[in-house]
Amino acid sequence: MTRPTRAQRPAKTPETSGRRRDWLGWLYIAPLVLVLVPFFLAPLLAVVAASVFESDGFGGMTPALDLSNYWQVLTSDLTFNLYWSTAKFTFLTWLFSLIIGFFVAYFLVFHVRNPLLGLGLFLLCTVPFWTSNIIRMISWIPLLGKQGLINEALLKIGLIHEPLEFLLFSSFAVVVAYVHQLTIFMIVPIFNAMGRIDKRVVEAAIDAGASRFDIMRLIIVPLSKSGIALGSIFVVSIVMGDFFVVKVMSGGGSASVVGAFYEDVGVLQYPKAAASAVILTAVLMAAVGLILRTVDIRREITR
Amino acid sequence: MSTTDKTPPQRAVAKTKAGLDRRTLLKGAAAVAGAAAGSDAIRGFPTVWAQEIKDIELRHVGVSYSVVQAIGDQAAKDLGFKVTMQNLDTSAAINRFITQPNTVDIADVEGWQAKLAIKRGVLQGIERKRIKEFDNFLPIFTKGELNGHKIPRQGISPYEALYIAKKDATELHDGVADWLTNIPQVYNADSIGYRPDLVGHEVTEWKELIDPKFKGKAAILDVPAIGIMDAALCLESAGLIKYGNKGNMTKAEIDFTINKLIELKKSGHFRATWTTFDQSVNLMAAGEVVIQSMWSPAVAAVRVKQIPCVYAPVNIKNGKEGYRGWCNGMGLMKHLTGKKLEAAYEYLNWYLSGWQGAFVSRYGYYSPVPSTAKKFMSAAEWEYWYEGKPSPEVVKDPYGVPMEPVGTKRDGGSFIDRVTNISCWNTLMDEAAYMNQRWNDFKVA
Repeated sequence: MTRPTRAQRPAKTPETSGRRRDWLGWLYIAPLVLVLVPFFLAPLLAVVAASVFESDGFGGMTPALDLSNYWQVLTSDLTFNLYWSTAKFTFLTWLFSLIIGFFVAYFLVFHVRNPLLGLGLFLLCTVPFWTSNIIRMISWIPLLGKQGLINEALLKIGLIHEPLEFLLFSSFAVVVAYVHQLTIFMIVPIFNAMGRIDKRVVEAAIDAGASRFDIMRLIIVPLSKSGIALGSIFVVSIVMGDFFVVKVMSGGGSASVVGAFYEDVGVLQYPKAAASAVILTAVLMAAVGLILRTVDIRREITR
Repeated sequence: MSTTDKTPPQRAVAKTKAGLDRRTLLKGAAAVAGAAAGSDAIRGFPTVWAQEIKDIELRHVGVSYSVVQAIGDQAAKDLGFKVTMQNLDTSAAINRFITQPNTVDIADVEGWQAKLAIKRGVLQGIERKRIKEFDNFLPIFTKGELNGHKIPRQGISPYEALYIAKKDATELHDGVADWLTNIPQVYNADSIGYRPDLVGHEVTEWKELIDPKFKGKAAILDVPAIGIMDAALCLESAGLIKYGNKGNMTKAEIDFTINKLIELKKSGHFRATWTTFDQSVNLMAAGEVVIQSMWSPAVAAVRVKQIPCVYAPVNIKNGKEGYRGWCNGMGLMKHLTGKKLEAAYEYLNWYLSGWQGAFVSRYGYYSPVPSTAKKFMSAAEWEYWYEGKPSPEVVKDPYGVPMEPVGTKRDGGSFIDRVTNISCWNTLMDEAAYMNQRWNDFKVA
């Protein structure tokens, strides 16, 4: 984004450099500011403002400094239950997508000898993601249903005598759909981080008699940390910010934080919905902050 | 969205003439002369008016079961201006009307949404005398009665949300007035759908939906404002509670209802909840559930797959049961003026002139002006859809796809039987915020 401005940069002269540097600095960040202010900061501020307004119950809002919306959200058991349920889905999705993503990336980087083949296989991983998430999600339904392929197959082999009901419209189904949708967000950054590990380090470790487990524990995992952290940020923020998968795959049997404030918007309770949104943003920022605290991504990436 | 975009202007004009001729023939010149809506303009229509209106575009926004592309296309063909149909779900629609009123010309609203939109001042009153078919409306809508039978007003009935005292009023008016909030265009009476092959007996009471024998095989509608009404019908039917007004519950009534739902859910009663038409069809067709609250066309859609499905006739008995009614109407947004407003009135009048009424009837909904819809339906169709008689020929859906074999009788009987058995209407309760919160308690439980 900064490339065009860099090209225009005039030759530096010692006298003007102080002032000009200030001015140039602003120019460098201008494109980002131009995007962030109107499309991110302004809406966010509008939401924050709405969250303290008073509602007339019919979609009307009067400017006020009314913290009761926050109070209502923060003191209700519902909020706790919603966050608990969302956190559960987030954790499970994160765990499974991490395990799968890590090993897929590991295989592609360290087991496929031919780098071109590795890259080809990596691109192959992205093929399922060329279709829309919604299609990828709903295609699980005929598979998992009571009369779905899995149940039919199990019944036929005689492993079960009644269709398994937990497969569809359950937390299980939600996690399956999320893992299917989001594992790619783990594979990509971890693949990228692992790809930059110097293979000679691994060879040296082998020569020095390190076991496979030690290599994994002492070399590969630590050096893939940035990828793991980036992938985790993607997965955590997507699951926490989503409600559609939960709604469809749980058969409406589970609710999510975002789903709950979408319902509030449905009955025009804007201030309360805004307060919930602000709280969710804060929680997400805290979660991302926590991830970044464990891994200094900037250092890892510029390594 | 609009397929009318593809029509070159010249063709559109030619079609206008043809359409107009047909309409004039149908209705007779007298009907046109008698109406106020741009009737003078219509006489000079083919030359001046047609040139002027072809640049007009009306954006009709609302839910998919009410705002149908095929109807908009036909209207555009008959009227000569552009009609764009845009679909949103119920809550997205009301939010759009309220927060971005200028992006909509015709708001497709339910009674409760009309009440809300009037309160927010985003709609303009519709002049009653410019609606040609107004006097042919069923009195359900205009007087709140039918055949001397008072239509219950639990929830927000279409009659209750129909009138305002003056063009820019922000409160509803109880009793007949000269200004209307919206023009009712499609409605129905919702009940339970079930699989007779798996249920094994006839269902005529709402309490069957919460009967323990259907544990893990029942589903309920997950649009809180409507779902809670279905739940209320079940609880009342089972004799667990008697509501003051199901459509406007007190906090205590809401608590009772939700607690009961939670109890049922914890005992594994509800297999799923559904929010869209397709979901309800798939649940039933795949055998995931055998009984659920359901819409009439969804039941038909299951049957088209050769899977038996019945739309339960839940007639009012002993002050219990009854259908949950809903009605969508068209409201004019405040910003409409001049030629565009004239076009909008033309559009409203076209809607009531019969083509649309016949179209929606063929998928199981009703027209508020059945007398005009009848003209566009065959005698056989009329007997099947409105009179509840066995169909003398194969029943076809609005697009001409065969739906039912010869001799099929419609569930729930005649149109009059159905609508006089509506016991409550879709609504927005005073305690909607609280109800929503409690509904979410049910969801996470």
